[in-house]
Amino acid sequence: MLLLIARRFLFALITLWAVSVVVFIAVELLPGDACQAFLGQMAQGQRLDNCRSKHQLDRPAPVRYLKWADGLMAGDLGQSIKRDKPLADIIGSRFRNTVILGLSAAVLGIPLAILLGAIAALYRDRQADLWISGIAIFCMTVPEFITGTLLISVFGVWLGWLPGIVIMRADAPVLEVLSNIVLPVITLTLVMVAHIMRMVRTSMINILASDFVLMGSLKGLPRWRLVLQHALPNALLPAINLIALNIAWLMGGVLVVEVVFNYPGIGRLSVNAIADRDFALVQAIALLMASIYISLNLFADLVTLLLNPRLRSQRGTG
Amino acid sequence: MSGSLLSINGLSIGYSDAQSRSVAVISSVDLSLAAGETLGLVGESGCGKSTLLLAIMGFYKAGLHRLGGDLQFMGEDPGVMPAGDLQKLRGGRMALIPQNAGQSLTPTMKIENQLFEALSLHSDLPSGLWRQRCFSLLDRVQLPDPGELLKRYPHELSGGQQQRIAIAMALAGEPDLLLLDEPTTGLDVTTQVHVLDLLREITAETRTAMIYVSHDIGVISAVCNKIAIMYAGELVELGDKNDLIDNPAHPYTKGLLDSIPRMHQDRLPVSLEGMQPQPGQRNFDNQCVFVERCSYARPVCQQHKPDSSTVSARQVKCHLASEALDWKSVEGSDRINKPTKFSRVVLRVKDLSVSYDRPSLTRWFTGRQPSLVTQGIEFEIRRGEILGLVGESGSGKSTLLKTIAGLQKPFAGSLMLNDQFDLRHSVGSRDADCQQKIQLVFQNPDASLNPSQTVEAILARPIKLYFGSSDEAIRQQVDEILTRVNLPLAYRTRYPGQLSGGEKQRIAIARALVAKPDLILCDEITSALDVSVQASIIKLLLRLRQESQLAILFVSHDLAVVDVLADQVVVLEQGRIRESGPVSRVFSDPDHAYTQSLLASVL
Repeated sequence: MLLLIARRFLFALITLWAVSVVVFIAVELLPGDACQAFLGQMAQGQRLDNCRSKHQLDRPAPVRYLKWADGLMAGDLGQSIKRDKPLADIIGSRFRNTVILGLSAAVLGIPLAILLGAIAALYRDRQADLWISGIAIFCMTVPEFITGTLLISVFGVWLGWLPGIVIMRADAPVLEVLSNIVLPVITLTLVMVAHIMRMVRTSMINILASDFVLMGSLKGLPRWRLVLQHALPNALLPAINLIALNIAWLMGGVLVVEVVFNYPGIGRLSVNAIADRDFALVQAIALLMASIYISLNLFADLVTLLLNPRLRSQRGTG
Repeated sequence: MSGSLLSINGLSIGYSDAQSRSVAVISSVDLSLAAGETLGLVGESGCGKSTLLLAIMGFYKAGLHRLGGDLQFMGEDPGVMPAGDLQKLRGGRMALIPQNAGQSLTPTMKIENQLFEALSLHSDLPSGLWRQRCFSLLDRVQLPDPGELLKRYPHELSGGQQQRIAIAMALAGEPDLLLLDEPTTGLDVTTQVHVLDLLREITAETRTAMIYVSHDIGVISAVCNKIAIMYAGELVELGDKNDLIDNPAHPYTKGLLDSIPRMHQDRLPVSLEGMQPQPGQRNFDNQCVFVERCSYARPVCQQHKPDSSTVSARQVKCHLASEALDWKSVEGSDRINKPTKFSRVVLRVKDLSVSYDRPSLTRWFTGRQPSLVTQGIEFEIRRGEILGLVGESGSGKSTLLKTIAGLQKPFAGSLMLNDQFDLRHSVGSRDADCQQKIQLVFQNPDASLNPSQTVEAILARPIKLYFGSSDEAIRQQVDEILTRVNLPLAYRTRYPGQLSGGEKQRIAIARALVAKPDLILCDEITSALDVSVQASIIKLLLRLRQESQLAILFVSHDLAVVDVLADQVVVLEQGRIRESGPVSRVFSDPDHAYTQSLLASVL
């Protein structure tokens, strides 16, 4: 068991290292370099050389990679030439905003999705299922920017209950952020719930048809106990990885939602970084996204291990 | 019968088809059971026996409902009880022991919690005493070390242990009626004997009544004192065990009994021609349900449905019941006629051992030997010879088969085909000639035939692959092979889904035959089939062997089938050969203790 977890961790670290190399090479392959981007297409001669030697861009690529990696391990993301600020400062508050938004959507959306999925499966092909599945698929099909715009026009413009767009500084206090994100959270939830709910529904339908559920009902178990204690834990197993992927998707900053609501998150930052040709920032964000995906996948694996005794032990006939 | 525990009168269960007509799956079943009585319900797959069993618990599978009749358990009808009462009844006064205990236990819950749950639902014990009660229940089902066992998850137990847990769980509510749905079907024969002994003890001691559903009359007769035979949703015969087995009154019972292969007999089992009608396929309101397959049928059988009549203390649904008692078993069944002389050796296996361990660096460094699944295997098969490979699960039968087929590389030893091809190579690196000369037939034809190909496409594939014949020649060969396996030529255009289990297995055998192999490997090819169909497959294999001088390696856990079919037998246990030799010698005078215990487990 411990060995298994240690192996997963090791693989996660190796993946992370591989990603850092790929990200570095990818940015390296872009035409021009950070100084060129900073000084503009026309820059030539002494100024460019000065800039390059100042930022050590004249060193060979492997040396720069090692330096970058060394900084990363010490927790130093590096410096943005363009913005003339430490990257950590630039990314920090934006990423915090994205995490607040994403977590709120996850906390609201995931239990809702599981609940709806289970209900849809229990009332399969009946009214409740048809309504839940129908609405969920509708929400999933409508693009986020339409959902968001509709919500803004109804709740923000027409009813005037909630602020239509977010007007705040990137480093606003948490409470101010929370009061601003009701509509974006609803938008994200609507999009995300359908995926997870459909998965839980399918998996639950399979489990409800299995022998141990039939046996439970022939053992005299009340329906709710059968569903909660026997069926649901087994039905969730296949959904765990999907849920982790959805959280990772949220943590990556859903660009469209951030743009529609003018929300200062990591998604908008990454697009700006690309537009500004801020190489160091692009590199840092890419690595951040990768580590989020890797760690959430690792987390999903560990949760699966925890919930599924068949994976945990090697003894017995399995 | 007054004071009976369970009484069923004219019970019919069915579903509504697309035209909203009622289609009966079970029709007019009459049955009664007194306290302490044990009844075996026997029938082939699809006869409705499980449906009847579940209906007794007030459970109907999706779409099924009661069409008519009356069912009373201790004066109450489970089918119309309020949900709360039904939950008290199920697992309480009436408990089910399911077919596949491994899959009937919730995989994410410890054994302890699942047993506690049963106690919390169906006993008045305070929760402090549950553990103690569990200990005594596990002791009751002869499971040692209960403290350790309770902490485990279902997958950490063996099949026999899982089945015992299921029995313990059923006993938790101290039921008056135990319902058993093929509880030993997935178990090894020696484990099966233990479980049956246990069941017999429990019913004898506690005077619990029991309904035992099985397709296996041998199992039933080991535990029950009454037997009911079901066919196409009807109860065709019901009577005392010995009486019914010794002298069956219904032609179907006779046919069923004649089709079972038995040890030490000189005649082949006789197959029942035709197929059991499926629900809704035909209307049996005005004729006997068995008429199509009955070799004694008279005109009256096609004009009137027989009523249940009592013939010599037995309930029989047959117009001819009173005379049928005097009929002897079907005469003229073929004698077993085993050849004694064989020519050259087809397959020679010498000192073979197989390991599933993959080569790894750690092993290379530490010099640790890989663990061997089979070891020191030696045998030969000659032209026209059938070799039976027997043993329980985990004995290495399938591993050997895979190795010969080239799906698994051997660790050491030699394997030769016709003293010409080295079979140590995996199937991909063997010559086309060598590949063609060994063909496989799998256990489950549903899984081994491509459901989206027609029979012709399935059979044409190996011909094209090995011989590259012209379309015309292929057509001719397909016709020829269909005739050889006794299937109508019209089946050429059918899909596997349109065939019965036995027909599908014939196609699978035909597919192996068109390659003109020297050796056919058969992996439990009759165990997924009903007995009456099994008999016809046995007959087919014997005929094919004689016609083409085929060598057949027949893997099976069923000793009686091997006894009837094979010339030589190899007994495997834990990857080693315990005994081998001519079937007649090994099965009548076994040397090894393991062979003896296997033989003792045959029911």
